[in-house]
Amino acid sequence: MPELPAQPTPPTRIDNDHGGTDMWINMGPQHPATHGVFRMELALDSELIVDAISHIGYLHRGSERLFENEIYSQIITLFDRLDYVSNFNNELVLVMAVEKLMSLEVPDRAEYIRVILCELNRIASHLVFIGTFALDMGALTPSLYTFRDREKILALFEATSGARMMHNYFRVGGVKQDVVDDFPQRVNSLLGELERGIDEVDQLLSHGEVFVERTRGIAVIDGETALDWGLTGACLRASGVAYDVRVDEPYSVYDRLDFAVPIGTAGDTWDRYYLRVLEARQSIIIVRQAIQQMEPGPIQTKVRAIARPPKGEVYAHAENPRGDFAVYLVSEGGESPYRLKVRPPSFCNLMPLRDLLIGHYVADAVVILGSLDIVLGEVDR
Amino acid sequence: MTTEEQGPESGPDSEAKRPAPITAPKGRRAPDAPTVEAALTPSGEALAALLPDVLAPFELEIGADIDEVVCRVAPEHVAEVCAALKSDTRTFMKYLRLITVVDYEENDQEFEVVYHLYSLEHQHKMVLKARVPAADPALPTVTTVWRGADWYEREMHDLFGVVFSGHPNLVTLILPDGFEGYPGRKSYPLHDYDEW
Repeated sequence: MPELPAQPTPPTRIDNDHGGTDMWINMGPQHPATHGVFRMELALDSELIVDAISHIGYLHRGSERLFENEIYSQIITLFDRLDYVSNFNNELVLVMAVEKLMSLEVPDRAEYIRVILCELNRIASHLVFIGTFALDMGALTPSLYTFRDREKILALFEATSGARMMHNYFRVGGVKQDVVDDFPQRVNSLLGELERGIDEVDQLLSHGEVFVERTRGIAVIDGETALDWGLTGACLRASGVAYDVRVDEPYSVYDRLDFAVPIGTAGDTWDRYYLRVLEARQSIIIVRQAIQQMEPGPIQTKVRAIARPPKGEVYAHAENPRGDFAVYLVSEGGESPYRLKVRPPSFCNLMPLRDLLIGHYVADAVVILGSLDIVLGEVDR
Repeated sequence: MTTEEQGPESGPDSEAKRPAPITAPKGRRAPDAPTVEAALTPSGEALAALLPDVLAPFELEIGADIDEVVCRVAPEHVAEVCAALKSDTRTFMKYLRLITVVDYEENDQEFEVVYHLYSLEHQHKMVLKARVPAADPALPTVTTVWRGADWYEREMHDLFGVVFSGHPNLVTLILPDGFEGYPGRKSYPLHDYDEW
């Protein structure tokens, strides 16, 4: 039998045994660069970080316990509020889990609507990331460009679902209502604008000397370590691990769409940033194809108004903007789930933060945290 | 402001007009409900056939759930089983997807600790399950196998009180410091707590 590897060193506060004088400083939870209510304590030896402790849970709402007391159509609204930057993607995973359990066939048109909205949501989420990441480094201008473009996407979402962010639009077996009549034209003109917008911000930011100096070679994580920590999404792919749920376990209609998954090489902060720029461009390609392939037809399978899946357990997951978002659903045959556990990608990406921070300057702490692209709504649940 | 836009009237009559609050939990259990049928993919069948060989020294109970291989082991062997699954070249379960706890206290006085594993090399996915008694929920940590197990175990310790022995830093993660009780358990009251 293989021998167990040695225990990792416990993350406790260290004594000043290296000759320097440690200073513990507190960052967050009320800090604009922690992307929500996240708090970390940093031990500094002059400007160098020698230890770090993460504190999460400021947004803990007991969502998983709440799910157990709601019917499935009510849970969809709660899923909007987990990762509040990529709402459609969250909803998709929940309805996929219930559909898998009930072995429901979803009409093609509904699947295409879902994929188009999810990919647009991915672009919107990556735009927020690019803007705030630049903001973390003191570059104000890119965020104005990215938020301008994101607002155009949200306007389309509002026309489709009635809400900018908390959509409650996907249903078990389909979607709530059909899209507006001029949806393809609107999406096509939006994609043109987004393409220009992404190019603009890419030229403005990505290869600027100061930006590259601040991100290249910072917080490097290699592929094996990234897998060991369970990193997902762009953080994992930046380290050279080719894992994307859309390709490895295709769901919805992703097997009919042709797109590339960008893979990084260095595993540093710049790679994690730039992969998201490339992914946003791939999403545009996906949406173009989906719009072409989408045909008129029904948008909803016949299901009971109150879904009642059979007894069983299911694990459904999808590639969210932040990584592999999964739901583990245990049904005992009732109208509410017996247990509904969410695997939030930000939670996994935040775990190795201490290892990434140690050895870097305190000025880089914000950049390293920003490159992980966390949303505390899903970390804390 | 017109009269329609004004809030509900206060007074003795308003109580009767208000709809009854939705408090009763809608059934989680329906004993007469059908059970979902399991249908493994060929790759799942291959993995199910491999497992008894890879995990030869341990007692296993291999089943299936929809499309995933489910393997039940004794809780004290969890860390060794995980280490074997990760290092064996035939399984290579290098990616830990999720650790969670399901509360079956009402019926069986047991918690089920569930591990979702994935192998990027073989594209195998499986579920590992171990049952621990609710009175003394303890089992060895798997942070020695995957470092990514760290926060999952801390979270499950917070919410369910499951003790992962050998965990390097099993302290509060998502609950406030000094919080009493285990709010993930079904026995924890949902509404009867003190608000501050």
